[in-house]
Amino acid sequence: MTIDHDVLVLGAGLAGMRAALEAAREGADVAIVTKVHPIRSHSSAAQGGINAALGEGDTWESHAFDTIKGSDYLADQDAVEVMCREAPADIVEFEHMGVIFYRNEDGKLGTRAFGGASQARTYFVGDITGQALLVTLYDQILKAGVKVYEEWFATTLYVENGACRGLVALEMITGELHLVRAKAVIDAAGGLGRVFEPSTNALICTGDGYALAYRAGAPLMDMEMVQYHPTTLAGSGFLMSEAARGEGAYLLNSEGERFMKRYAPNKMELAARDVCSRSEVTEIAEGRGIDGNVLLDCRHLGADVILKKLPQIHEMALDYVGLDMIKDPIPVRPGMHYQMGGVKTDASGATRLPGLYAAGEVACVSVHGGNRLGANSLLDTIVFGRHSGKASAAFVKGVAASRGGENVLQAEQARLKELLARPYTGETHARLRLELATMMDKHCGVYRDEAGLTEALRQLSGLKARYEKIAVGDKSRIFNQALTFALEVGFMLDCADAIVRSALERKESRGAQSRTDYPERNDAEWLKHILITYRTGKEPELSYAPVTITQWKPEARSY
Amino acid sequence: MQFTIEVGRYNPEGKYDERAVAGKPYPPPWDKAAPRRYQTYTVDLPAHAVVLDALIAIREYQDESLAVRCACRSAICGSCAMWVNGHAHLACKSKLTTFTKDGKTRVEAPPSMPVIRDLVADMTPFWEKHRAVKPWLEAKQPEPPPMEEYRVPNAAMEELIQEVSCISCGACLMDCESFAVNPDFLGPQALAQAYRYAGDPRDAETKERLGAYSGPGGIWDCTHCYECVTQCPKGVAPLEQILKLRRLAVDAGFTNNAGTRHADAFADSVKHSGRLNELTLLPRSVGFFNILDQLKTLPSAFNMIRAGKFPPLIHKSIPGVQRIKNIFARVGGRFK
Repeated sequence: MTIDHDVLVLGAGLAGMRAALEAAREGADVAIVTKVHPIRSHSSAAQGGINAALGEGDTWESHAFDTIKGSDYLADQDAVEVMCREAPADIVEFEHMGVIFYRNEDGKLGTRAFGGASQARTYFVGDITGQALLVTLYDQILKAGVKVYEEWFATTLYVENGACRGLVALEMITGELHLVRAKAVIDAAGGLGRVFEPSTNALICTGDGYALAYRAGAPLMDMEMVQYHPTTLAGSGFLMSEAARGEGAYLLNSEGERFMKRYAPNKMELAARDVCSRSEVTEIAEGRGIDGNVLLDCRHLGADVILKKLPQIHEMALDYVGLDMIKDPIPVRPGMHYQMGGVKTDASGATRLPGLYAAGEVACVSVHGGNRLGANSLLDTIVFGRHSGKASAAFVKGVAASRGGENVLQAEQARLKELLARPYTGETHARLRLELATMMDKHCGVYRDEAGLTEALRQLSGLKARYEKIAVGDKSRIFNQALTFALEVGFMLDCADAIVRSALERKESRGAQSRTDYPERNDAEWLKHILITYRTGKEPELSYAPVTITQWKPEARSY
Repeated sequence: MQFTIEVGRYNPEGKYDERAVAGKPYPPPWDKAAPRRYQTYTVDLPAHAVVLDALIAIREYQDESLAVRCACRSAICGSCAMWVNGHAHLACKSKLTTFTKDGKTRVEAPPSMPVIRDLVADMTPFWEKHRAVKPWLEAKQPEPPPMEEYRVPNAAMEELIQEVSCISCGACLMDCESFAVNPDFLGPQALAQAYRYAGDPRDAETKERLGAYSGPGGIWDCTHCYECVTQCPKGVAPLEQILKLRRLAVDAGFTNNAGTRHADAFADSVKHSGRLNELTLLPRSVGFFNILDQLKTLPSAFNMIRAGKFPPLIHKSIPGVQRIKNIFARVGGRFK
């Protein structure tokens, strides 16, 4: 089947649905293709809140400075300015849509403190902020009547004469491949957490959007900047919201000491995430951990705060480690959480591939630079989702509908048919994924060095060779997940390759990139973005882009 | 630890492993559900593992053809609601040790929903019901200016957090006894969301909503079986939200319906005689002159007579009924 739309959004998390809503408001014929139902999107897992300088005495400049300092000066300051200036109006818009934000005594929006922020400017709904925003936005999509192709899995973007003109997607419920043509595509397919094991991310965060755009010719930027969250639950690696520390929780080592006083004496547990994660790894390495973990202590907050403001993580700790936060400290450790880098875009969401826009985690505007502040990711999704929806709707007005693409559909049909027909070889998606992700955590985690990254690149090349022989252990047409998992591993290998090459290239320590062989930040040589461009049959090309500095000159970063 | 998992499999293309054994047809009201075949797997997992861990282990290392939806693994995304030992649960929240019965755990797509494949249910009925209650704010006018929020007390927002905590997993609808016999019933999740908007002080259409929810398939079609409260993994307690809607609807004057008449007849009878007069309950609920709907219940009446359950023809008051009347007087309100 071939379908046509003006604007096609890939992904139905916050960025994708916000983009679709905006494009619809602008009068475009818009549709969403998503591999899971919108409500299952990983935006729902964002717990703590969303930042905006909306309160009295707070300024967008203060929010921007905190964001830029948090980014270790790698963020593009013009983009940060856009996000922080517009944040208050976007938050209020979501309030008007119906989000039940926490209120203060006056019935106005109330805040909580968050890491790396000089003011309490995080707006929230308990510890289910992402879910509250996602459900509200989904209901707005229903109200606006936006067409959603649910459980359609994108296998490739369709590029015609150097412009993105749609995509090919597998309809899971029928097993049919469809060509969906559009005058513009917005890539909002979310993160890539599954490239690392463990990760806080859902099983669906497999880097599809990075790899699809990368293969289609759009460069990726800042891919070495992978955030490890300081508080992920021992064992499962589930996220224990930064809201806990925002409400006042302590990080303790095996001696019961608040060790952050040695690493960030002013902000303590509310230092930026990269700082906290490195401190924890150091404590554990120096023998002051507990079975490879440190402790998150909420006991002094009292049952009322825990049950009212942190109910979800309270329940998760009970369910998955059998501990009651009211009575016990919880074992936590740093775990892979977020990709700051992504498909390079400008502030309107436009990538370097005409017709392709990107928004949300998959995009790199860049507002997070080397390290994202907590509660800035939800903000990123709704601000730049809106921008990309608006810009793409304007862009399509001057574009004629494509009539081609049948050849791309046929090529994809042939590719998938071959993949399905392969006899069992012993190479399975699960084994390859686990080896890849464990290897990435080992060599490309909180601390990195040349030897480890070179080893990672060597192992990656072996994994890629083995991937060529992957076989699919399900021969059914309908809802063949083994087939999509196999395709996802292909996406993840491309993501991992871009991450490792970028990390190897950046010979300094900045934000989430901590090179033990280059322990200092080096502004003279490395105050610049690394871009990576896919080349068929050749090694990818690395290039640089300057960091935009508007009014905040790089200075030493301490908390 | 070794765990034995019996998985209800369904493949619309008829591709089954030879180890998958045909199951018995489901009992009414699910006798139209597609029959499953049951395949048994053994997995080695830590003692604290959940059902989803087992399913993932099977699909990754034993049988790639097992279809199951899952994403977050931590009861946030709502993907993995399914029957575990015959009741709807999130697989990611169900500990294997708790759910091992007679040495095994049985999982299947619930027969109350159409099935797509294996553990993947067709959730279309669920999402249609959600949409049917108009689950979006119809903002009160005038809206505050673009940079100003609605001023509402925090308590009014906290009142709704229970409904907003809903992750749309569908466990409540899967086990809803009214839905099982009446596919038009809006069901617990949709009605909990209906309250989430009807109870929002920023909504302008509360009255229209309450009118719509009072109609057929709405709030009065719930039979209080409490399955939704028991099965909800997030404490949303949909039945409690339905009861809140009923109170709001009656207070708003939406009383000309079988549900309100039923409640009134129930209360009147208890007030006057201290017990329920089942003979008058039905005509008062459907309406004394609604002969057609009364006749429709004749088969049930015959069954009741056969089973010796027919209510006495002469309705007597209990001794000391005056004390019951005093209670009604004390409570006041609608039933004074």
